[in-house]
Amino acid sequence: MPFDVMEYFRQETLPHIWCPGCGNGIILRDFAVALEKLNYPREEVVIVSGIGCSSRAAGYLNFDTVHTTHGRALPFATGIKMANPALKVFVIMGDGDAAAIGGNHLIHACRRNIDLTAIVFNNSIYGMTGGQFSPLTPRDKKATTAPYGMIEQSFDLCRLVEAAGATFVGRATTYHNQLLTQLIVDGAKHQGFSLIEAVTHCPTSYGRRNGLANPSEMVRWQKDNAVWITKVKSGEVTPSGEQFTIGELHKHDAPEFTAMYMEVIKRAKCQA
Amino acid sequence: MRELDEISLMQGNEACLQGALDAGVRFFAGYPITPSTEIAEGMAQKLPAVGGKFLQMEDEIASMAAIIGGSLAGLKSMTATSGPGFSLMQENIGYACMTEVPCVIVNVQRGGPSTGMPTAPAQADLMQSRWGTHGDHPAIVLSPWSAQETYTLTVKAVNLAERFRTPVILLLDEIIAHLREGVRMPDPRKLVLTERPRPLNRENYRPFGGELDEIPPVADFGMGYKCNVTGLIHDDVGHPTGNPVIADRLIRRLVGKIQAHKDEIIGFEELHTEDAEVVMVAYGASARSSLRALKLARAEGVKVGMIRLTTIWPFPEDPIRQAAEKGIPMLVPEMNLGQLVLEVERIAAGKSRVKHLGRVDGELFTPTEILLALKERF
Repeated sequence: MPFDVMEYFRQETLPHIWCPGCGNGIILRDFAVALEKLNYPREEVVIVSGIGCSSRAAGYLNFDTVHTTHGRALPFATGIKMANPALKVFVIMGDGDAAAIGGNHLIHACRRNIDLTAIVFNNSIYGMTGGQFSPLTPRDKKATTAPYGMIEQSFDLCRLVEAAGATFVGRATTYHNQLLTQLIVDGAKHQGFSLIEAVTHCPTSYGRRNGLANPSEMVRWQKDNAVWITKVKSGEVTPSGEQFTIGELHKHDAPEFTAMYMEVIKRAKCQA
Repeated sequence: MRELDEISLMQGNEACLQGALDAGVRFFAGYPITPSTEIAEGMAQKLPAVGGKFLQMEDEIASMAAIIGGSLAGLKSMTATSGPGFSLMQENIGYACMTEVPCVIVNVQRGGPSTGMPTAPAQADLMQSRWGTHGDHPAIVLSPWSAQETYTLTVKAVNLAERFRTPVILLLDEIIAHLREGVRMPDPRKLVLTERPRPLNRENYRPFGGELDEIPPVADFGMGYKCNVTGLIHDDVGHPTGNPVIADRLIRRLVGKIQAHKDEIIGFEELHTEDAEVVMVAYGASARSSLRALKLARAEGVKVGMIRLTTIWPFPEDPIRQAAEKGIPMLVPEMNLGQLVLEVERIAAGKSRVKHLGRVDGELFTPTEILLALKERF
């Protein structure tokens, strides 16, 4: 079904602030396509973001949107969803935003299994501040604060949130953008906390320092290193080196938090 | 929900809880911390019974974020904490100032800095309650001296937050929070309650616009207004901007909307000031010892008065100025090393003598030590 993606945007706020060659616009378009497929009433959709390049995405979208404080998008979103569970709440974060300053909120949102759909734009770097390493910067890569190479171990964000209790976990890239759209749709339909890691490319702050100055080279790197989870599970491929899995990585059913709280309200009213 | 006038024996923290419920608070997020925990416990028990929502978050940063979210979705929202937790909330308090989100933050003051004395009272967060978050910003801070007043000022705090679309801080101290007194609570249906201004229609919707003294209407999330909320400097519809003219106007309006209406906010009580030869300026638990000292002094023929503040910010300048213009010396007893006294000195402007009496040992003033300070020449 053809549709005009631009109707999802506050066109007066465009052009966006992202650098030429940035992958964030691809994710944003995939998100808009996912919203079209989901076809929720527009007034029921709320988009919450943190701070960083990725989090500017919320302001471009024509819904109720909140650009919160650094790392805190999930607790803001938790408050909104809890206050009005009828709202469809999406959360946009960056890798530093979600996994460093917001890491504690991330694991607790997973543990609560509150019905939020989180999309983490993972560009492996702090882009807005000019290229400092994040908890998702791979070992040995360079950043302005790791000029001799990253010595810390990076998180596998998807494994982290699965262990913390997230009930839907997926990963795609800006190359695999149809998969990304599908994961957002499936994550939103899933009752509970969903996290979709969107591997994106930052030629300006990450690529240039790591031998991938050209955006198309960075997208090719994604294509070459992404391994479908189905092929891993079937034993066809074993990821090695820089390779990472994509697809729907984990899903299970568990009680959803706001639904459980409605039961608390029933119990409290009976006792009152 | 109570449907009658009622008198109950209750703690300050319980009075705060009941005042919040009666004022229409339906969303609370918090994190356990002494000496404020009873408020969260009470909310966990009572909020769901009235269809409200309680969240225990992973920390105070998340608690503050969650109540802003709850308020954006349209519910009257509150959190309660103490010293260390209040420090953690500061960034998001600034966010609520900037984005004009109504909410109430209760800070039960305890000894500090750092972990300090968790079970002992203090009044050393007075300046933090004004200037704790970075940047120029508005502040409304109320502070009660009894369990009864904790009830009434909690209702007032919720109303002011809604009226002015801004965070309101209720500054308790450990003594007021934990002492038990009779509290008279009206039938909640008789309370005058305020709702935030909401728009009548979508035309020309400007949730961050208006004159410098204006509180623009705002829609709840889900009402279809498609509003952008950001902590960045923003224009009157909420879009980020670096325009210096817009930046200047926004910050001046955020502060101006409170300043222009400060008479609606400021509360104080004057006790025996008509004939007073010396006046105490006090609030919270310190004002209780001060009242006893006042009575002891008068019994000895020393004409002492008291200006008791129930609003700390915006600062009640008028009664202080009037006393100063008459040249009446002022004593400021407070459980810190000199915070309120700075404001009193600023307003007195050298026209009358101002003396500070401080305690930072986690103990309340005895009336006798205040009496001695009153009798000393200053």
